This record gives sequence, structure tokens and C-alpha cells, in this order.
Amino acid sequence: MERIIYREIPANRGVWQLAILLGAFIAAAAGAVLFIEHHGHIVTGMNNQIVWGLPHVFAIFLIVAASGALNVASIASVFGKTPYKPLARLSALLALALLAGGLAVLVLDLGRPDRLIVAMTKYNFRSIFAWNIYLYTGFFAVVGVYLAVQMTRNVSASLVHAAGTLAFIWRLALTTGTGSIFGWLVARSAYDAAIMAPLFIVMSFALGLAVFVLVVTGVCRLTGRPFGPKLLTRLGSLLGVFVAALLYFTAVQHLSNLYVAEHAGIERFILRDGGIFTNLFWVGQILIGGIIPMIMVFHPTGRFKPASTIIASVLVIIGGLAQLYVIVIGGQAFPLEIFPGYESSSSFFDGVINVYKPSYLEFALGIGGVALSLMITGLGLKTLRILPRSLSDANVNL
Amino acid sequence: MNLPSISMAKKPSEMSRRDFLRSGAAASTIVIASGVTLMAYGGDASAKGADANKRWGLLIDVNKCASNCTACVSACSKENGWEDTGHPETDAQWIRKVDLKEKSTGHELSLPVMCQHCESAPCIDVCPTGASFKRADGIVLVDKHTCIGCRYCMMACPYKARSFIHEKLENQKKHAPRGKGTVESCTLCVHRIDAGGTPACVEACNKTGHGAMIFGDLNDPASEISIALTKYPSVALRDDLGLNPGVRYQNL
Amino acid sequence: MIRLFLIAILGVGLTVTSAAAGDPIYPDVPKPLFGKPHPEGNLFMRVNHMKLLLHTRDLTMREGERDVKYSLAECLTCHAVNGPDAQPVSIKSDQHFCRVCHDYAAVKIDCFQCHNSKPAKETQAWIRPERADDSAIASYLKEAGQ
Repeated sequence: MERIIYREIPANRGVWQLAILLGAFIAAAAGAVLFIEHHGHIVTGMNNQIVWGLPHVFAIFLIVAASGALNVASIASVFGKTPYKPLARLSALLALALLAGGLAVLVLDLGRPDRLIVAMTKYNFRSIFAWNIYLYTGFFAVVGVYLAVQMTRNVSASLVHAAGTLAFIWRLALTTGTGSIFGWLVARSAYDAAIMAPLFIVMSFALGLAVFVLVVTGVCRLTGRPFGPKLLTRLGSLLGVFVAALLYFTAVQHLSNLYVAEHAGIERFILRDGGIFTNLFWVGQILIGGIIPMIMVFHPTGRFKPASTIIASVLVIIGGLAQLYVIVIGGQAFPLEIFPGYESSSSFFDGVINVYKPSYLEFALGIGGVALSLMITGLGLKTLRILPRSLSDANVNL
Repeated sequence: MNLPSISMAKKPSEMSRRDFLRSGAAASTIVIASGVTLMAYGGDASAKGADANKRWGLLIDVNKCASNCTACVSACSKENGWEDTGHPETDAQWIRKVDLKEKSTGHELSLPVMCQHCESAPCIDVCPTGASFKRADGIVLVDKHTCIGCRYCMMACPYKARSFIHEKLENQKKHAPRGKGTVESCTLCVHRIDAGGTPACVEACNKTGHGAMIFGDLNDPASEISIALTKYPSVALRDDLGLNPGVRYQNL
Repeated sequence: MIRLFLIAILGVGLTVTSAAAGDPIYPDVPKPLFGKPHPEGNLFMRVNHMKLLLHTRDLTMREGERDVKYSLAECLTCHAVNGPDAQPVSIKSDQHFCRVCHDYAAVKIDCFQCHNSKPAKETQAWIRPERADDSAIASYLKEAGQ
């Protein structure tokens, strides 16, 4: 077994090109934000019926992936699995970067982003949103400490274990809070369910690991550092387990709703009559994001090929985005049941399926958030000793 | 050896500490004094304002509501300055007429829907900054100074009562400030109520002769609304949610 | 050291000449159309006007207390500046009372995103010098109410 040597990544041409590309996306997002802030949200596709749109899908994706990206480090520090230990520093850095990107998108889409100071000083603690502000900022502190402790020399293993455990518990609280944003809404039939919080936690496992796999293999490819195929296969199997769990929770969510006559309307909408939402659910979320990745990482033909894990990760991310689109926007597209038993119509779009046409501005903002997360990760990798020189199978005690 | 007599000149560090303490005392005196002054000038609010003993509410008789009448909507729009700009998806609507048809019987009716001013309003629970709040007399309002425009209250409201302002506004009414990037909803014409009047929608409905809306104090057993509520059956919208709205409907 | 001294002399010289040339260093604050000066004095108002406004804002917004001494509506009524058409200017004009100082100090004003920056029509009738009385204005504003 070779020693694990952590080194900053060199700024080769590939890294520079990627940095410039990411910078362009970030600049586009900044331009979009300024345009929306100046003209008001009328220039976006969001309206009084669909109040949360594509930026929120991206933001929640990044936040959920952030908490999940920390999983790899938790498996190493909390559960003591040695093969994951060389990956732990990048896992912590990626978690911080993804959360920063997600929060940036969320905050910049506010109607009054200039009032961020108000949001950080006036709290209504009956709101899960207010708790989330503390959970998110606390995450930065807790994971920052965890990363620092990992990178400090002559630090006892028990301290790393303690910091990792605190980070693990914190991220579970954070994801529960994110899921509860939806789970605690009584008004909408797509949301009012206790399962939303655990669903988000399992979603974070799958999405976070998928993002982590793509980032670590991408950076290793870009900087010429080896990544062992056995390690990749192991990550792939773990991803398969998480995807299976996600399919299970999704099944429980929809089966429970289907059984209750009151929620038959929303289930019919999502599962059969919803047009784009039905397609995204069955093809995007279940097929592309669930069944195909599981076949790829578990079936003997593809199981030991490194490409299987990488492609499965891409598919899981697509499925995750589809799932969040169905949850966030599908939940709003279905009309509120103010008058059960009646068909309603009004000048305020009561009783109709609401249509959402995202604008390029919202897409630019969302993608800009992803680019920001990757840029922060890249800067961290470039300036700090995060990535081991080699992640080949010889180094990982399999 | 004689020790030099204690000189009056102090070392720089001692001088600055004492001066610091002195300046601190001076600063706090100024702060306290100005605080006292402010209290004397602006803070001597008498026990007027929102009366916690009252709870304002509306009772709407659906039988008296004509399906082609939108007097309440026009009156609210004129009173509070929101209007139809030709973009129905993004235009604010504080009150709207909803036309209903019962699925099993085909029976048709129409009624106005606005903020229901719930006792346990979900919009108040979810607002992260506390901008969505309930006054002592039960009126649910948005403090637009604190609203950050996150639209969580719009997600949470079961009645779709809230609107987000999607563009820059001008010439707002003095009693209804509204601005881009914040959320708003029916204020029960709080400016009229505080001056002893009734909401614009109720006034307009009475003017048309339909008289479908009664406004009054739900806590006062002698008020017209309380008497009507005890005499005739009424329901609240989405009563199953347990929000105890201040707006109730008769003959629904 | 000598350079610092020379720059200081230059600075003082510039300000003196510009003042002498009639170009004010400080903004030319428009006089109110009517009303008595604030008893607390202009300096107190300049320093504390936001504190007073925020205090009355919370009283009116949260408590429903409308009989307050320093409401925004009251400020705008006396401190309205008439434009060339003898109508009060809005915040879009740099002659607006608030903008004169706020532009100078480069402090962004948030109020008029929501509040109308012109006095309400029903109080404009009071822009007559003979009704120049604080308490009468305040009681009328309370009556006019809406």
C-alpha cells in the first residue's frame, strides 16, 4: 500500500479552460440576477400561481446534494470505513461548495435580495425557513471545522471522529429541515406529508454521492491522477443501494397518497394526466434516475466497468432534477382544493392546472449556481491539499 | 534616595484608559438621553390602536351573491390601488369572484374569496422574518418593511389569497403602500376600520343592493355578524384544516 | 509631510473658492411650504429622522396606532416640493426633499419603493400658509384617515 499524499491540483490547461467556462456561466447568472432585480419577476416565468420555479429546483438540488456529498466523509470518519478516508477531504469541500451555490441561487431569487440582512436578523422561529437559515449557516461552520480538523497534523483520530459525527448529525437535521419546507405545508395535496423529510434525506444520499462521483473522477481525469476501478465499483454499488432506497420511499409516498381518496386528484395528475410532469416522473425520475442506474451498477455485465458508475451517476442526477421538478413545480401546478366537491373557475386561475414556462433567465441563474459550486470546489482543490496524489486501488486498502 | 513626588503627568496608557472610561460615560449618557427624548416625543402611544378585545370578521351570504356581479372586486381594486394590467398571471388580486359548480349535482353558485384572516394562519407560521403577522384584532397583514419576497406564504396559503408584486409600481395609495418584490393580500381595509369604517368590498356590495357581505366584530355577541352567525348555519372554507378563519360563508 | 500639508492647503482653498463662487458644499435643502420648524431642531431631525420614522412605523403597522406624531405622511405633507407645474414632485425628481440630502450623502432610500413619495391628494388641499399649524395638520390627517 502506498502512502496517501494530498496535494493541490496543478493549474494545467484543462483546469484553466474549465475555470473560464465556469466563470462565463457565473457571469451569465449575475447578469440574469441584475436583470430580474431591476425589472421585477415579471420577466421570469414565475407568477402568482407558480411562485417557485426553476431557480428553486436547482437550489434545492444543490442543497440536497450538499448534504449528501458529505456522506462519503461520514462513512470514513463516523463509520470507520478505510477505503473512503482519502476521499473525505474532497467530500467535505464539495459539501460546502454545493451548499454555497444552492444558497446563492435561493437568495438571489428573493423578491428583495437586498433585505438579506433583515432575513439574518429577524427570525420567526415557528417557520422552518428560519430554522433552516441557522442550519445552513451552521453547516458551513461545522463542516469547516471538520475539514480543518481533517487537514491538521498530529490530530487524534477521535477528534476527527467527533467532528465527523457532529457534521453527520447536522446534515441530517439540515436535510430534514429542507424536506419539511414542503412536508409542513397543509395547503397543498402534493406536500402535506410526513414522508417528505425522510424522502429528502434519501434523495440526498443518492444525489450527493452521484455528484461526488462525477466531481472526483472528473478532477482526477483533468489532473492526471489515477482513480482505481475497484474503488469506483464500490462507490457504484453504494449508489445503487441509495437509488433503491429512493425508489422505495417514492413508492411509499405515492402508494400512501393513492390509497386516500382525498389525494386521488394529485396522484392522477402526477402519475397519469400531468403531461410533462407525468413524463418527468416515469421516464425521468423512475426510469432514467432509478431503474437504469440500478441495472448498470448491479447487473453482472456492467457491474465492474468503471464507466457504469460514471454513467449511472449522470443518470441519477438527471433523475434527481426531474424528481425535484415534479415535486416543486408539479405540486404547484395542481390547483388548490379550496372547494372540495366543486369545479371552480375565477379570474385568479382557481381550479385550473397552472402552466409554467421557465425563462432563460431562471435557467441561467440555476446553472450559474452549479457553476459557482464547481468553481468554489476548484479553487479549494487548487489552493488546499484536498485531493490525494493517487486514488488507485493500491492506495486504498480494499 | 528620595522618590520623586507624584507628578500630575500621567503615562499615555493610563491617560487613555481614564479618558476612554470618561468618553464611554459620555456616550452612554447621550444614547440614554436621546432614547428618553425619543420616548417622550414618539413613544407615548395611548391604549388606542388595534383592540385585542375585538376580532374583525366577514360573513358572506352566497345566496345573495350574484354570479355576474364583481362590485366587491372593483371596489377593492379602486380603494387599494391594484389593477388589471393585462397580465392576469402576474397581476395582484386581493379579492376575486369564484364561480362554482358542484360535481355531483350540477348546482352552480358564485362567491368572493379573499384572505380569510385565519386565527392559526399558515402564512404567519411559515414566514421566516415574521413579516406576515396578525394584529391584536385578528387582521392578518404583511409588514412589507420586513418582507424579503421569498413567497413561502404564497405556498402555504390554502386559499391562494396572497399575491407577489412582479413589477415596479408607482402612484400607490397613501393607505396601501405596495412595492415590487414583496407579497400582499387583503388587509380587510385596515385603514378604514381604524377610522371606524367598513371595508370597501362590504360597502360596495351594500351599494349594489345585494347586501351579501356583513362586516363586524366576531367577539361582540350583540354585533350584526354575531347574531347572524348564531341564527343561521355557516361554514368556513377548508374548515377541516382547523385554521378558524375570520371569514365565514352562509348557504354554501 | 510637506506634501500632506500642501494637499490640505489645496483642499481648503478649493472649498473656500467653491463656496465663494456660490456653489454650496452642502446640499441646498428646500424650505417646507408651510408649518412651524420642528421644536427639536434641524440637527436632531437630520440625525434621528429614521429612528422616529421606524418607531412610528412599528406603532402604526403592528399596533394599529395611527395617532402618531412623526408619520411619513406628515413629513411628506409639509416637506412637499412643488415642481414647475406647481404640483409636488415625486422621488423621481432630484428636487424631492428626501433626495436632496440622500443624493448628497449617497444613502439609498428604500421607502418609496412601496410608499407614494407625493403627499396624498386629500392633504394637498392643505398646502396653504394660513393653515400653518402642526396640531391642526395632524388632526386633519387623522380625520382624512384613509
